[in-house]
Amino acid sequence: MIVEANSLTKTYNRGKTKALHGLSLGVEEGEIYGLIGPDGAGKTTLFRILTTLLLPDSGEAHVDGLDVQKDYRQIRKRIGYMPGKFSLYQDLTIEENLRFFATIFGTTIEENCGLIADIYAQIERFKDRRAGKLSGGMKQKLALCCALIHAPRVLFLDEPTTGVDPVSRKEFWEMLKKLQQRHGITIMVSTPYMDEAMQCDRIALIQEGSFLKVNTPQHIIDEYDKTLWNVKCEQMHTLLTVLKKWENTESSFSFGETFHLSVKENAAPADLMRYLGGHGLSGIEISEAKPTIEDCFMSLLKTDYDER
Amino acid sequence: MKDNYVIVAEGLTKRFGEFTATDHITFNVKEGEIFGFLGANGAGKTTAMRMLCGLSIPSEGRAQVAGYDVATESEQVKRNIGYMSQKFSLYNDLSISENLKLFGGIYGMGRKQIKEKTHTLLTELDLIKEKDTLVKLLPLGWKQKLAFSLAIFHEPKIVFLDEPTGGVDPITRRQFWELIYKAADNGITVFVTTHYMDEAEYCDRVSIMVDGQIKALDTPNALKAQFRANSLYDVFLSLARTATRSDS
Repeated sequence: MIVEANSLTKTYNRGKTKALHGLSLGVEEGEIYGLIGPDGAGKTTLFRILTTLLLPDSGEAHVDGLDVQKDYRQIRKRIGYMPGKFSLYQDLTIEENLRFFATIFGTTIEENCGLIADIYAQIERFKDRRAGKLSGGMKQKLALCCALIHAPRVLFLDEPTTGVDPVSRKEFWEMLKKLQQRHGITIMVSTPYMDEAMQCDRIALIQEGSFLKVNTPQHIIDEYDKTLWNVKCEQMHTLLTVLKKWENTESSFSFGETFHLSVKENAAPADLMRYLGGHGLSGIEISEAKPTIEDCFMSLLKTDYDER
Repeated sequence: MKDNYVIVAEGLTKRFGEFTATDHITFNVKEGEIFGFLGANGAGKTTAMRMLCGLSIPSEGRAQVAGYDVATESEQVKRNIGYMSQKFSLYNDLSISENLKLFGGIYGMGRKQIKEKTHTLLTELDLIKEKDTLVKLLPLGWKQKLAFSLAIFHEPKIVFLDEPTGGVDPITRRQFWELIYKAADNGITVFVTTHYMDEAEYCDRVSIMVDGQIKALDTPNALKAQFRANSLYDVFLSLARTATRSDS
């Protein structure tokens, strides 16, 4: 395991806010490990502890065999960290930022050129532009170059795609895949977008400082054991309330143009058809649905919501 | 302007020096409609939205929002719209009821009206017990729902939502859309931007901007048919690929 943590806890506000509840994890060398969960789940806290920027209240963690508390200086040389908030120097140009970070790590742009070449090529023609004047997509690429300039063993990316449109997100993931495949870098990445889970080798679903589940995305999907249907009709707003009231409904969530309805064991589509027809709905279509990571995440969250 | 249109934009354009951020966009939004305003980062959505909210004067073209001209009657525009974004929503150091009082006051609502509406709203959101809780102590999902309710507290004709569901968990995201449906059913027009393509499916009509122009505008189903795509994600992808303006 290149990243390992045991029973990490962290609280803020003199113990009032619990950020991490005894969290343990292991990341294998060369894998893309995704931390999937909403804002406030504890993703950033975990990253800050693993990147030696924050001390846990208890528990321990190792990166590349080194202790995050005792060996923080060595760890910093071996990891790259891209925080969620853009934190490069706005008044320096693209090239100056890159050179600055290279110098700090005692290296040069030229020395690690191979690693960043693909990404840098996309922003090179703007190399004299100040970082503060760059578009979101360009800032993101520059930040990634700066995090890679010292050829780290592990890359920590905290929500690199938040607020980014679907096309740019897709491109960003393609860059990560290339880094993994060509250079063998281990990547730990967090995201609130459930659809990005499928791009990771393994994922941890995180909520309120605890892991709900850790596995490969496919395994997590395979473990979803409820009966799931796609339901749609002509009156979608009405369908929302009507579906929730059906006696056989376990849960009902909108999924784009259909609803994903999980039902009790012995329920049959014909029963639902009759029920919906009885409520004056028309153009009803019911079919079996394939669960997604989002279905899994919500079914794990659901218990928690119901208790509130 | 026809009575049932809440937004009418004709050749709406904004230039910054040589750069045309929003390039002659023309569209209408009907009363009570949920209108999805999509586009890649840098396509010109924010600039267009700022003009529609009366915060930025068009370089060319015109737009009427809630019956007022965005260039010459921007104050009336502001009074008749609601606005919520992921970044700015509520004052963290004020309690829930203080936030409502402040915003109600800013929009010129009377004390009695504020009091009554506060009660109704908090009952609906099941937050009566939390009314004196500081906003910063609320979970993100509650904050977002509260922020939306606040944006429509003064009963505007139209509410602008700028990526309202960014970062919230998938269940809260869906509960948020239930609030949007409810507002629309009550006749409030909803103008919303999002990067979640499943949310685009929940809109009555969707426009997609590329390089400052609206390249597609129709119902989700019609767009999928037009682009022979299975999902709006594919529609978005095929349009965004035609972009020549570089955000990379």
